[in-house]
Amino acid sequence: MKVRLSQLAYSRSGDKGDGSNVGVIAYDRACYELLCRVLTPAVVKRHFKEICKGDVERYEMPNLLALNFILRDSLGGGGSASLKTDAQGKTHGLGMLYLEIEVPAGFVVPKGS
Amino acid sequence: MSGREPILIANGQGFWGDSILGPVRLVREGPLHYLTLDYLAEVTMSILQKLRSRSPDAGYATDFVRMLERILPTCKAKGIKVIANAAGVNPSACRAAVIAVVKKLGISGLKIATVEGDDILGTLPALLASGEELRNMDSGKPLAPRLADVQSANVYIGARSLTDALAQGADIVIAGRVTDPSLVVAPMMHEFGWAWDDWDKLAAATIAGHIVECGAQCTGGNFTRWREVPDMARIGYPIVEAYQDGSFVITKHPNTGGLVTVETVASQLLYEMGDPKRYLTPDVVADFTTIQLEPAGKDRVRVSGIRGTPATPTYKVSIAVLDGWKATGQLTIAGPDAIAKAELCAKIVWERLKLDGVAFEPEERMQELVGTNVCHAGIAAAPSEPAEVVLRLGVRSTDRAKVDRFGMELAPLVTSGPPGVTGFAGGRPQATEVIGFWPALLKKELVTTRVAMEEVR
Repeated sequence: MKVRLSQLAYSRSGDKGDGSNVGVIAYDRACYELLCRVLTPAVVKRHFKEICKGDVERYEMPNLLALNFILRDSLGGGGSASLKTDAQGKTHGLGMLYLEIEVPAGFVVPKGS
Repeated sequence: MSGREPILIANGQGFWGDSILGPVRLVREGPLHYLTLDYLAEVTMSILQKLRSRSPDAGYATDFVRMLERILPTCKAKGIKVIANAAGVNPSACRAAVIAVVKKLGISGLKIATVEGDDILGTLPALLASGEELRNMDSGKPLAPRLADVQSANVYIGARSLTDALAQGADIVIAGRVTDPSLVVAPMMHEFGWAWDDWDKLAAATIAGHIVECGAQCTGGNFTRWREVPDMARIGYPIVEAYQDGSFVITKHPNTGGLVTVETVASQLLYEMGDPKRYLTPDVVADFTTIQLEPAGKDRVRVSGIRGTPATPTYKVSIAVLDGWKATGQLTIAGPDAIAKAELCAKIVWERLKLDGVAFEPEERMQELVGTNVCHAGIAAAPSEPAEVVLRLGVRSTDRAKVDRFGMELAPLVTSGPPGVTGFAGGRPQATEVIGFWPALLKKELVTTRVAMEEVR
């Protein structure tokens, strides 16, 4: 069964030089452990293929049930150079939550929609 | 060390331009010991340096002084101390403006301190001549060849001089480029008398500062499940309830809007995060993987368990360099066929510029059809036939004349393009400076910060 990431986690994003950071915070430990397995840098890079031109790095924060992603070269230039509407990656966190995640049979999805 | 506990430290301003209602309501609507205010983004320093070059009395956050006029009588009555990084690149002018406001309000017995030493623009040539290269942390290049383009240069300083100012009895502490969390670290260091090598305590105070530094972003602002956030118009700004043992509670005044939960606090912990094990400030290296969050009542989240490691021997320097010019402008295009007409409009602009000998490389120009999914391109489905779209066009170049020439080609589309083009407001797009940031490191012993104090008797 596939569910939206927004049913498993919430998020926040901001700028980090010419890249953005996207924090994904799971609703419970089972979701966190699932996301650690399936939400790889490669999956995130593919999801943001039209936005992120550089590498994706991932950091784990089990104490907060959180994964932190750095999306390099995703703002159309750093500092004040960007001409894009979202020059600071403010919306990248919500963009991440559109991801479709395959969950195992019987997995308890915390948020219905 | 005052011996009182807990200490209530609020942040009423997440950035220059944040709502004035934040600080006004924080001082009025409940108990408070310290009000911190954050005004400086990286780009702000170069703007302020430019203002100062035009007028010796300019170069600080003028909004801060206007805001103080509204809150100082309450601050004086309740004994609330104010700590702000509002000095920009002109601490003495900021202090003078604050003193003028204090006198105008007829308040006496206030000590106003400024913390100086972060602004190294004037000493850059000497630093380079002495062998400091200020290499760009990203590209590795030395600064010297770009010296002529430097607009501002500031060291991100820590909490020490702010703490000194509080120890000297300051009621208002105004700093320049102090790192944001240090505004909260200083009152904790002052009140609790922690040692400057008590890394766990410094890390805890730093993380408290990180959580509140963007104002209402930890009290329900910008929260994913926004429908659950009550009364956002009256959103309460955050308060750190700090304890001697290094633990603290994030809360807000009762009867304000917004929401403080483990989720709203965790969201803000992730904001602008890099490597969570190594969150570097001038004061400490904080480890975000040690943070424990737990609910502690309605709109209260307890934060504990934080560990830190020794601060690095260097300061981060933020150097603003002129990287050319840019302009953006927009038109609204109504349907039918809004997308096709907007795409034609963009094509016309680039062609007309070319006809006049002005060409931009693909990476120097941008076109967005706002309403057709520019924020989540390739992720969310775009509408195939929106009733209208906003066409945003932009260019950047090292040649200012080219950028200005671009600005002249938007309005003509209203009469010489397809039908339904409107919404050309705000006049011709003007060329503005592109400011690049040159992050570098500087040995701490090369930077001296100091406190200057003045009392209004």
